[in-house]
Amino acid sequence: MTDVLLEVRDLHVEFRTRDGVAKAVNGVTYSVDEGETLAVLGESGSGKSVTAQAVMGILDTPPGKITSGEILFKGQDLLKFKEEERRKVRGAQMAMIFQDALSSLNPVLSVGAQLGEMFTVHRGASRKEAKAKAIELMDRVRIPGAASRVGDYPHQFSGGMRQRIMIAMALALEPALIIADEPTTALDVTVQAQVMDLLAELQRELNMGLILITHDLGVVADVADRIAVMYAGRIVESAPVHDIYKAPAHPYTKGLLESIPRLDQKGRELYAIKGLPPNLMNIPPGCAFNPRCPMAQDVCRTDVPPLYEVTEAGADRVSACHFWRECLNG
Amino acid sequence: MAERKNGAVAEHLNAPAGEPILQVRGLVKHYPLTQGILFRKQVGAVKAVDGVDFDLGAGETLGIVGESGCGKSTVAKMLVNLERPTAGEIRYKGDDITKLSGRALKAVRRNIQMVFQDPYTSLNPRMTVGDIIGEPYEIHPEVAPKGDRRRQVQDLLDVVGLNPEYINRYPHQFSGGQRQRIGIARGLALRPEIIVADEPVSALDVSVQAQVINLMDRLQTEFALSYVFIAHDLSIVRHISDRVGVMYLGRIVETGRDAEIYDHPTHPYTQALLSAVPVPDPEAREHRERIILFGDVPSPANIPSGCRFRTRCWKAAERCAMEVPLLAVPAEFRYEAGPAAHDSACHFAEEKQVVPQEPVEPPGEPTDGSA
Repeated sequence: MTDVLLEVRDLHVEFRTRDGVAKAVNGVTYSVDEGETLAVLGESGSGKSVTAQAVMGILDTPPGKITSGEILFKGQDLLKFKEEERRKVRGAQMAMIFQDALSSLNPVLSVGAQLGEMFTVHRGASRKEAKAKAIELMDRVRIPGAASRVGDYPHQFSGGMRQRIMIAMALALEPALIIADEPTTALDVTVQAQVMDLLAELQRELNMGLILITHDLGVVADVADRIAVMYAGRIVESAPVHDIYKAPAHPYTKGLLESIPRLDQKGRELYAIKGLPPNLMNIPPGCAFNPRCPMAQDVCRTDVPPLYEVTEAGADRVSACHFWRECLNG
Repeated sequence: MAERKNGAVAEHLNAPAGEPILQVRGLVKHYPLTQGILFRKQVGAVKAVDGVDFDLGAGETLGIVGESGCGKSTVAKMLVNLERPTAGEIRYKGDDITKLSGRALKAVRRNIQMVFQDPYTSLNPRMTVGDIIGEPYEIHPEVAPKGDRRRQVQDLLDVVGLNPEYINRYPHQFSGGQRQRIGIARGLALRPEIIVADEPVSALDVSVQAQVINLMDRLQTEFALSYVFIAHDLSIVRHISDRVGVMYLGRIVETGRDAEIYDHPTHPYTQALLSAVPVPDPEAREHRERIILFGDVPSPANIPSGCRFRTRCWKAAERCAMEVPLLAVPAEFRYEAGPAAHDSACHFAEEKQVVPQEPVEPPGEPTDGSA
């Protein structure tokens, strides 16, 4: 029924810096189907954004370097593409929405010009056509009075409106895949709800695949179909959204879920994952989470856990924990 | 209960037990907008804070929530005297601190300290941790004699869960969560009674956030602190607060105990705000009734007449444009003792449960803000 749109296989990315090599992504594997929303959840430094940049082909190289892996988009390995071919995919077939709309938009060009550029560059449209398309797009993301605001500059819009323009720009050429990197983190809750609703609606309408990169467990629960949880450059758990909130199969996921304060409850003490995320230049041997894990045994300090198939508690789940069964039950 | 014009929360059941340590009345901060270079004349004002009243009891945590631009940070700055109010009173144990100066002001300031949002910019990168935490003692030498300061600082590091041997390190050698601990240690240095925390955990990662919140919880008991906790994250505010005030465009629109606000909100803005918060439970998404507000917050330089929320409110009627709703227990709940009977500045206050409760209720009528 649905086809796999994007498949990332065993991706490794390093950053070579003066102080040493930072291993930002260490074997990430995930896939997105057409029309599916995959949430990539992780804290700062977990490699979630770097993976997305590698998929988009906008990784800064150097210092970044993709050392191994495959990125299959509609069956073709993007990493084998020439830059020229890659550019045709980017924007037209896959597009990205960034967190900070103000710094992602060009301050000295009107939003109409920036939106229209998509059509002049990729589709060879005339300036007049491009302007008409820009107005159409602004209407589509429900910017009031689009025709009169097409000549306005980014600073003349509010934060929520700017994020709508970013969405419009990503949607311009109706790509098959959208990567949204913390699209609502900079917005207030009421505006966040507006923007997420809009994004979900447009995704349904165009049957796009959506990779939603976020650290907000609430947003994930609201919109995602599947979740991939990242820690120190690896996927530690991946599962359909309902299963993972009901019964996490990795102690890190479990810790995250227990550490957030709830709107509907007043607890006294929050569970806190002890310690700090690891330094990417010096990732602990064995399981990267072992120094912070309440369940760690000797084997966790020596053997890197593979992605185990979690056969109980739902289908289509994996966990990178030697003790996933204990985690699930305890 | 007749005289509630001044937002006199004190005689109400929401009021904290005992004598409030801080009483804020009619607090206003307007920033003038001027025109002309040689002859500057005022053409308007940004009404950042436009009449705020609240009490803070000893040992209590008052949470203030609101979206960006609602004036919550300006309130924080006025509480610690970083900004002078345009009007209004801030009474600390009876003294109006806005009228104090010189030595009297200095003494009061010692007791009201602040923890800032961004642990990256609020610590001087050229000072060691020891100097940062010890700097308050330079201004208030009576708190710790010179020879004793180093030990005091090391004690503080220990209290906030950092290794006392780190005293000679610089801020860049610490992670975000550790830096926020340093900021908290600096806030504690003078043994204040009140800590005003402005978004203390919003810059931190989820797993570290919980550590810092637990620390603040522990310190409150240990040092008998009163907190004014300002944040935009409603879940965190509920977790830490005894009472909550919801701000919109420079005013508190609803205030009450945490369960009153979260489980029985009566102001439409609070309801919209609560319903918009994503709940980390995918099962809830089908049942949840979400109120999506239209448009953006109006400019504080041009506040709507009457009720300031009316431009985005689905209940707005003619009366809302004419008459400013007072922050008081709405008439329909006045003779009830239930949790809906708390202060709410709305002409059409109505109880509505928007946070999904256990067990989940059947889905209600779909609401949209357009009506």
